[in-house]
Amino acid sequence: MSQMNIIQSVNSALDIILEKDPNVCIFGQDVGYFGGVFRCTDGLQKKYGKHRVFDTPLSEGGILSTAIGMGINGLRPVAEIQFSDYIFPAFDQITNELAKLRYRSGGEYWAPVTVRTPCGGGIRGGHYHSQSPEAYFTHTPGLKVVIPSNPHDTKGLLITSIEDDDPVIFFEPKRLYNGPFDGDHKKAALKWDTHPKGEVPEDYYSIPLGKAAIERPGNQVTVLAYGTMVHVAREAAESSGIDAEVIDLRSLVPLDIDTITGSVRKTGRCVIVHEAPRTSGFGAELSAQIQEECFYHLEAPIARVTGWDTPYPHSLEWEYFPSQERVIESMKKVLGS
Amino acid sequence: MSKKKTLHVPDAPFRPGEKPDFSNLELPKAGDAKRPKVMVEPSEIRDLAFSLVRVLDDKHEAVGPWDPKLDASVLKEGLRHMCLLRIFDDRMLTMQRQGKLSFYMKSLGEEAVAIAQGMALRPDDILFPSYRQPGLQFVRGRDIVDMICHCITNVKDNVKGRQMPVHYSWKEGNFVSISSPVGTQFPQAVGCAMASAYKGEDNVSISWVGDGTAAEGDFHYALNFASVYKAPVLLNVVNNQWAISTHKNISSGGATFAARGIAYDVPSIRVDGNDFLALYSVTSWAAERARKGGGPTFIEVFTYRGEAHSTSDDPTRYRPKDEWKSWPLGDPIERLKAHLIGLGAWSEKEQSKLEKELDTLVIKSYKEAEKHGTLSEGPWAPEDTLFEDVYKKPPRHLRKQRQEFGF
Repeated sequence: MSQMNIIQSVNSALDIILEKDPNVCIFGQDVGYFGGVFRCTDGLQKKYGKHRVFDTPLSEGGILSTAIGMGINGLRPVAEIQFSDYIFPAFDQITNELAKLRYRSGGEYWAPVTVRTPCGGGIRGGHYHSQSPEAYFTHTPGLKVVIPSNPHDTKGLLITSIEDDDPVIFFEPKRLYNGPFDGDHKKAALKWDTHPKGEVPEDYYSIPLGKAAIERPGNQVTVLAYGTMVHVAREAAESSGIDAEVIDLRSLVPLDIDTITGSVRKTGRCVIVHEAPRTSGFGAELSAQIQEECFYHLEAPIARVTGWDTPYPHSLEWEYFPSQERVIESMKKVLGS
Repeated sequence: MSKKKTLHVPDAPFRPGEKPDFSNLELPKAGDAKRPKVMVEPSEIRDLAFSLVRVLDDKHEAVGPWDPKLDASVLKEGLRHMCLLRIFDDRMLTMQRQGKLSFYMKSLGEEAVAIAQGMALRPDDILFPSYRQPGLQFVRGRDIVDMICHCITNVKDNVKGRQMPVHYSWKEGNFVSISSPVGTQFPQAVGCAMASAYKGEDNVSISWVGDGTAAEGDFHYALNFASVYKAPVLLNVVNNQWAISTHKNISSGGATFAARGIAYDVPSIRVDGNDFLALYSVTSWAAERARKGGGPTFIEVFTYRGEAHSTSDDPTRYRPKDEWKSWPLGDPIERLKAHLIGLGAWSEKEQSKLEKELDTLVIKSYKEAEKHGTLSEGPWAPEDTLFEDVYKKPPRHLRKQRQEFGF
């Protein structure tokens, strides 16, 4: 075990998989010589060679389309999109091609592409360095969608995603790269070395997709979150004294519905928290499924604490970003107090 | 007073009711284009992007440095594939009109593209076609019963009835699954070629888009990535003058499509798309260059779309009826046939015998295909296959939906 932040855990996962599988190659803007704008691929080109870890033209559609072609020809590409806000030029290649290739060819062709992309807000990123576009991809059959919340899970989930023969969109909450963040932007920044999940095995290990983690056990209300919001929800429970069960979904597709329904049947109440805008966000899907599965156990309407239905703002970031206060208020509301 | 500025919107040269006249079309003479060494610097052959590689002259004789000097048996094989494609297309169109297929797209006038280019490649070269190169499958020996089963989407359709007709996939033939979004396959072919280079294999990838699709962003991604990584790939724009109803004058304001390749520093060659020998020759040249590490070649295949865009299109609404008959580069089948006859290797008699034989083969294959089900009566792919292949294994939510559906 050693102490790692998420950047180091991503780097460690990539290092291990490059060593293990000669068909893995890594590419994207600035990922090669420079080692990535977030340092996630630092040192990998030097260690494995230019043909295995390389820089690309500034072209998201080009990155994804060539990744698909490489996947078709037997490689296992790990493509990086520098910010998830810039994944949209590649949207056609991801949703119409990558996601549908296996299905449309009757299983003859597929491309085991992993797309790594930093997501989420809380970093003064404004419109185009803060988005959480996961719902566009959870809505597309054929894709798997993963969002870790800590260094330990990041490494295990990333290794699993790369080894998976299905395409995976792997969102990395950039607000968490260097340390956990509970939504209190006035507090001094924390580092992962004070957090138990900052302890990461140096060797190969994997965490299955489709398995949620109970971040904080509780009995009064179930709080569903992923990415940065796991830490906001956890701290909201701690500081309010509400006995909330906080679940870190970890993968949205496939979804661990058993863990979710098990918890909601126990607590009878549910609050869903995500950074992305509310309308047609992933919270709507969670809410619908819980209503279908747990109707007779629900003591209150399911609540959603989300980003507003606006573009992500710059100066009013902390009015947009779902705060501990909003989570607490929502938990109190579903508890009827 | 000066003329007021207004938005310039190009038009097609001829519209319904007008008489097409292509006498102003600049057509360099057969044999005129130089044939450079395969490892030539792109900057040395810029003229080839504005010229037209032609081998068959007006007397149907092979002339000039691009003559691939193919054995008559190879030419006869090419003629046979082209005739089969045309007869296959005609039969399938009839079947579509009778409601036995939901949709079809013909390759009339463009038969040489897939056949000659396909024959110039090796079986391990990987094909990323658009929907108008089905002929590649004939070249690689696909059972036409299987092709028909796909088109009538019966139980033997290897893509399990999931895609519209003509969206073939054939792994064994290295013919990558066709999709409807235009141009997406172009940069994928580049990635595929990059993987061949990565693995140290000497096969090449090849892709085709139409003149209309050359306006998509994917076109640019493909040329740029191919150029940057010197990918062993052949990128073709089949300029058949029409993108559904849109004339190529709207797709491109430029001189030629091939000219675009120059800016990417990719060797770019314009070729007579109705000349089997020229197409074969240029494709062999480009494939050899790619195999030797010379990187990509960009090819503009200059031809004319003889038929409607698809069975859902009526071209008499936007272009003169039979405009194709005035096309100065003629009919690829007639030209190769005349060449073979000129060589003394073929005759009209043998031609009609061949056509009859192929027609019988297609009808027989069609009947054979219908034994595996029809569009209206089935059997189709079993209903539970609806949920297969979305992922390698259906995740829980899909297994649940399958149960909900009754399986």
